[in-house]
Amino acid sequence: MELLRQTAWLLWKDLLLELRRRESLLAMFFFGVLLLFVFNFAFEIPREKAAEMAAGLLWLAFIFTGTLGLAQLYQAERENHCLEALLLSPVDRGALYLAKVSFNLLLMLPVEMVVFPLFWMLFNLEAWNLLLPLFLVAFLGTIGFCAVGTLFSAVTLRARARELLLPLVIFPLMIPLILATIRAMEIVLRTGGFEEASSWLRLLIGFDVIFLTAGFLIFEWVIEA
Amino acid sequence: MAWAEKQKGRRGRMILGGLALVFILAGLYFALIQAPPDAYQGEVQRIMYLHIPSILTAYLSFFIVFVGSSLFLWKREKRDDILAYAGAEIGVLFTGLTIVEGSIWGKPTWGVWWTWDARLTLTAILLLIFVGYLMLRSLIEDEDRSAVCGAVLGIIGFLDIPLIHMSVYWWRTLHQAPSILRPDKLPWENVHPSMLIALSINFLAFLLLYFYFLSLRIHVGEMQEEVKRIKLYGVV
Repeated sequence: MELLRQTAWLLWKDLLLELRRRESLLAMFFFGVLLLFVFNFAFEIPREKAAEMAAGLLWLAFIFTGTLGLAQLYQAERENHCLEALLLSPVDRGALYLAKVSFNLLLMLPVEMVVFPLFWMLFNLEAWNLLLPLFLVAFLGTIGFCAVGTLFSAVTLRARARELLLPLVIFPLMIPLILATIRAMEIVLRTGGFEEASSWLRLLIGFDVIFLTAGFLIFEWVIEA
Repeated sequence: MAWAEKQKGRRGRMILGGLALVFILAGLYFALIQAPPDAYQGEVQRIMYLHIPSILTAYLSFFIVFVGSSLFLWKREKRDDILAYAGAEIGVLFTGLTIVEGSIWGKPTWGVWWTWDARLTLTAILLLIFVGYLMLRSLIEDEDRSAVCGAVLGIIGFLDIPLIHMSVYWWRTLHQAPSILRPDKLPWENVHPSMLIALSINFLAFLLLYFYFLSLRIHVGEMQEEVKRIKLYGVV
């Protein structure tokens, strides 16, 4: 309970900062929309092909915008030695991790909620009823992305060229996540249900659980290093 | 380190290196001359005598990185970190070698240099993680921090392997029916005994070579530590 209370307070701090500055969310939102346009110029997606490509393109857009957010994730802590102050305060290091994961999640989910319908409008897709199931799959994927991303954003915090290093380190680790999310979304788009995608969804949930737990346990060493 | 101990370490490495050399020469003899050419693939199949040992040693080095990383986070001894770093460097070498050998074998056998088969993809991802590890280590200047961060990647990367394995296998088996390009089904059922001998000798040779490299690299790490100590305190 104490852990949850601390997490909530730390999350509130991040949300308040974001509300006042409006840096990350706006940048991620515009980048996501921009990517949809770039994809259209790159692939000239015809209407009948759009449904087939939707899963891959949408998830690509999300992980690119997510990576943009991850690079900024500890910006507030880097200034004025805020990180040292946080580490001095009697909070559980696990709470620091959980708060950052939830904050990152709260940045990515609104972007996804806007980009999903926008994709449907821009590429004239009909299956509006599939938006919710697809969003649920993307939600599971986003949890895993945030779990790994938050941990390695802290790992690369004090590295040279950290914005470059971060995707180099996390993308290979996220290949199961990327594959599982895209395949599951594709199956949902094709069949309209979750049944055939169940093994991919189980893999996704397994990924989320394993890396949330590992991140929670390991974060202490990373942030204090 | 005492003089006698240093000499002992040096002699140990030389013996290991010598043994590795002998076994490599024997392995080459058995693989290139003693073993018969493959019934279907012909002479090109002989690459397998190097290919299989090199991928096995590459897997071994992933495990060594994991062990070194875990021990380092647990006990914080520099020795374990040197082990993990050495394992990763040699891992890049052997994984890269495996992919190159595989491509050279794949072109005449399957007709392509590369195919997105599950096993190939898995090996390529392992290489990417190893390279990421080396980049991470070199881009963090503070040594202790670099060691901790590397250890975290070493552990997370190892935990990730079963998931990567599962996902790429499902991706390839659920999606695309096996065609002529089936690297998972080598004509492996009826192996000529001399082929098995050649493979075992080469495997032993690669293991010896691997541990020779590892001991050399660990020695380099130890010398770097010593240089740092001398720079700091000015005594030998």
